[in-house]
Amino acid sequence: MTTPAPLFHCDHTLCELRTGLELVQDEVAAALAAHGYEDGAMFAIRLALEEAIVNGFRHGNRSDPTKCVFFRATIDSVSAEFEIEDQGPGFDPRMIPDPTEDDNLEIPSGRGVMLIKAYMTEVEYVRPGNKLRMRYAKLRA
Amino acid sequence: MAKPSSHISVRKIDGVTRIDFLDRNILDELNIHQIGEELLKSVESEFRPKVIVVFTNVEHMSSAAYGTFMKFNERVKSRDGQLRLCELKPRVYEGFVITKLNRIFSIHESWAAALDTLT
Repeated sequence: MTTPAPLFHCDHTLCELRTGLELVQDEVAAALAAHGYEDGAMFAIRLALEEAIVNGFRHGNRSDPTKCVFFRATIDSVSAEFEIEDQGPGFDPRMIPDPTEDDNLEIPSGRGVMLIKAYMTEVEYVRPGNKLRMRYAKLRA
Repeated sequence: MAKPSSHISVRKIDGVTRIDFLDRNILDELNIHQIGEELLKSVESEFRPKVIVVFTNVEHMSSAAYGTFMKFNERVKSRDGQLRLCELKPRVYEGFVITKLNRIFSIHESWAAALDTLT
């Protein structure tokens, strides 16, 4: 009988996009693998994390180099939960135009939030909208 | 002859520009801006370019990458050209379906199938 992997938890302050993204993706990938997440789940989570962290730096912090993004993750064999918080004023996700509507289809931006919602099980923007909580359930119904 | 660049390979085959991604892994935020510039450069001197982008090596695409391809598509169209995408892995193709961008791009299973649609 194998011993289950211990609960993974991390808490990082990311102050630069490239290094922050690499740090987080590497740590999370290792934790997901240790808890038996399959390739499809790892693909989904990797994509959602990238979109969320990039949005935090680019749109939340407006690429202000004095601002950081706070990242927390908790992963076990049931689910993977993430919290990404930027230092911007926040936003109302309901105000983002639906990029799949015919009139918006050819606009080159605005698909990040949509992809996050498509690939994660639960997504919540905490008011004022500068904190994103998202969860991936390993065992989906 | 292939023109090596840091992220893509551009070849001319019987009047068709073939673009392959050299990165084994992913097409992500960290390199997408450079890829976008390289893509635009690949057709800058062409009139009515016929371009097929081969996704064999691509395992991941971010929303920034979709935007880059949309701009490239516009550039090709502005030169009265044709752009085809082919050999997408199922998960990468799924992203095009989720975003409904499969309605914007002409996507094909293989190089040969994409080639057949060029006029």
